[in-house]
Amino acid sequence: MRKVFAKVIILTVIAAFLVPAVLFAAGAREEVGERHAFVFKNTGNPYGEKQMEGFKEGVEEMGHQAILRAPDQPTAEDQIQILEQLIAQNVDSICVTANDYDALEPVIRNAMNAGIVVTSADSATNPASRATFVNQADAEMIGRTLIQAAYDMIGGAGDIAILSATSTASNQNLWIEWMQEELTDPKYDDVELVEIAYGDDLRDKSVAETEALLRSHPDLECIIAPTTVGIAAASRVITDNDLIGEVYITGLGLPSEMAEYINNGACPYMFLWNPIDVGYLAAYTNMALVNEEITGAAGETFEAGRLGSYEIVEADDGGTEVLLGPPFRFDPDNIDEWKDVY
Amino acid sequence: MAEKQILLDKSRNWKEFFFQWEWLLVIIFLLIHVVNSFLSPYYLNLNTFIRTPQSFLDKAFIVLPMTFVIIMGNIDVSVGSTVALSSVVMATAYNAGLPMPLALILCLAVGSACGLFNGVIMAKFPELSAAIITIATMTMYRGIAYVILENRAAGGFPEWYSFFGWGSVGRVPFMVIAFAVCAVLFGLLLHRTSFGRCVYGMGHNKRACLYSGVKTGKIIIIVSLLTGLMAGITAVFLTSRMGSTRPNVALGYELQVIAMVVLGGVSTSGGKGKIFGPLLAVFIIGFLSYGLGLVNISAQVLLIIIGALLITSVMVLNIRFDRSNKQMMPSSSGKKRASNK
Repeated sequence: MRKVFAKVIILTVIAAFLVPAVLFAAGAREEVGERHAFVFKNTGNPYGEKQMEGFKEGVEEMGHQAILRAPDQPTAEDQIQILEQLIAQNVDSICVTANDYDALEPVIRNAMNAGIVVTSADSATNPASRATFVNQADAEMIGRTLIQAAYDMIGGAGDIAILSATSTASNQNLWIEWMQEELTDPKYDDVELVEIAYGDDLRDKSVAETEALLRSHPDLECIIAPTTVGIAAASRVITDNDLIGEVYITGLGLPSEMAEYINNGACPYMFLWNPIDVGYLAAYTNMALVNEEITGAAGETFEAGRLGSYEIVEADDGGTEVLLGPPFRFDPDNIDEWKDVY
Repeated sequence: MAEKQILLDKSRNWKEFFFQWEWLLVIIFLLIHVVNSFLSPYYLNLNTFIRTPQSFLDKAFIVLPMTFVIIMGNIDVSVGSTVALSSVVMATAYNAGLPMPLALILCLAVGSACGLFNGVIMAKFPELSAAIITIATMTMYRGIAYVILENRAAGGFPEWYSFFGWGSVGRVPFMVIAFAVCAVLFGLLLHRTSFGRCVYGMGHNKRACLYSGVKTGKIIIIVSLLTGLMAGITAVFLTSRMGSTRPNVALGYELQVIAMVVLGGVSTSGGKGKIFGPLLAVFIIGFLSYGLGLVNISAQVLLIIIGALLITSVMVLNIRFDRSNKQMMPSSSGKKRASNK
C-alpha cells in the first residue's frame, strides 16, 4: 500500500508541473490587431533569438502582435508543422528563415492560397515560395570578404577549411559558392580549401566537426565558419587546445559570444550584420506587404522605421530581395563596445 | 510465466474490460480536444480533424509494426535510419533516370531489405540483444545514406508525387486513407490470426514457443521485414511532403515511434498490449502538439509536456497492474512477479 501511495505522490508532483505549463499556454491567448509570425531555423540559437527580438520590436512599434516560433531541431519537417499551425491560426503574415530551400514550397503554397503573406529572411526559400527575401548583405560580398580575410590571416599560402551550418541551409550554401568562386582567382594559387564540414548549427556537433578537421588536416591554418554557432564552437576548440596563433578562425559571429576569442587572438577578426536589424527589416517588409504598400516586385520602395527607406531588387535566384547593408568588421579595437549590444 | 498466462485468460470479464488501459487513453484523447479548444479559438473546426493528421501520420506507419516488435519483447531503433536510406536511394535513383513509379517500388524494396537484414541477424544470432543489433544497423543505414548523398539534398520529383503527402480523395487526405487501411490490416494480423497469437506467445516466453513447434526465427524475420516495409512507406510519404530529401531526414523517429507504442499501453517486457492503444497514442501526441502549437508554445515546453505525459501514463499503468495483480492472485506479491520475468 505504501508503494502505491508513493507512486500517487510522484504523479501529483508531475501534475503540478503540467498544470502551470497549460495555464501558461492559456495566458498566451490574447489577440490585438494584425498578427505577424516569424519562424526561425531552431531554438537555442542566440543569432536567431536576436532576429526574433528585432522582428518583435518592429511589429510592436506599429501596434501589432508578433508570434515567434522555432522548432527544437533545425529540420524542414518541423518547420512544415509550425507553418501548418500558423495557417490554421490565420495569421496575417509569416516570415520564415528556411532550413531547406525547396522543402517548404508545398506548405507555403497552402499559406499563400489562404491569403497569408509569406516572406523569408536570412535564409531564403525558393522564389515561388516567397513574396520577397530579406537578405542580410550581398552574398557575393560576404563570400569574397571571408576568403580575403582567411588569405590575410594565413599570410597568402596554406590550407583552409569551412565549417558551415546544415548542408541544406540556403544562405550558407550561397556564401560557400562565392567563396569557391573567389578562390579561382590566381592570387589564391597557394591556398587550398581542404574540406567543407557541417556542424548543423548545433554546438556539440560543431565542436566535434572542428576537432575532426584538426585531426584529419594537421597543416590546417584557418577555419572559416560562416555561422554564429560554428565560429564560437571552433574558437572554443582552438582556445582549449592551445592552438591560438597556429590555427585562425574567422567567419560570421555574434560579438557578445565572440568577444572572448577576439581578445585572446583565436579569432583575429570576423564579420556580421546586426541580426536585430534583419528581424526589424523583415517586420516592416511583412507589414508593408500586408498593407499592400508593396507587392514584392523589384523597384518598389518602402519605409522601415528607424532603418530608413529600402528598395526591393532582383535576386540572383530569379526572385526579389531586400538588402540590409554591407557586413560590419569586428576586431579587438571595436569588439568591447559591441559585445553588450548583441 | 504460467501465472501471466492465467492472468491473460481471466481478463475476459466485464470489470477488466472497462478497466483497460485503452479506455484511459480514450479519456486522455477526449480531454486533449477539450483543453485544446479551450486554449485556442482556431482549434475546433473540421479542418483540424481532416487536415492535421497529415502532418504527423508519416511516422505512424512505423508504429503499427513496432507494436508487434515490442509485444514480442524486442525493440528496433534502426527505423529512422531505414526511412532516411530508403528516401535517399529513391531520390538518387529517380535523379539518375529511373521512372518515378519504379523509384517508389525501389524505396519500399530498400526499406524491406533493411528490415530483412535486421531480422535475419536477430533470428540467426538469438544470443545478441535486438537493441544492440539495431543500434548497429541504425548507424550503418544512416551512414550509407550519407555516403550516397553526402551532405546534399535531392529532389525535383514529378508534380503528381506530391499527391501522396498533400492530396485528398474527396475531403479526406490520401495519407489518412492509406493509414486506415494499413491499421486495419495490422490489427487483423495481430488479433485475428495464429501469426498474431505466436507474436504474443513469443513475448511471454520465447523458449516455450520454440519447444511447442513455433518457428520463432521465421516470425522474427517476418516482423522485421514488415517493419522495414513500413519504414519504406513512411519514406514515401515524408519525402512527398518535403518535396526533397537529405541524409538527415527522420532523425529521432525511432524514439518518437517507440514512445507512441509505449504510451499506447504496450509493455516493453513483452506480451501485453493491443493495436488500438498505439493507434490512439499516435493521435493523442499528434493533436496535443498541434493544439499547443496553435497557442504558439515554445518547442522546449512542448517536449517537456509530452515527456511528462509519457512518464505519467507509464506510471499509471504500473499502479493499475499492481492492483489487478493483487486482486487476481492474492498469494503472489509484486516482488515475486518481477523476479519471474
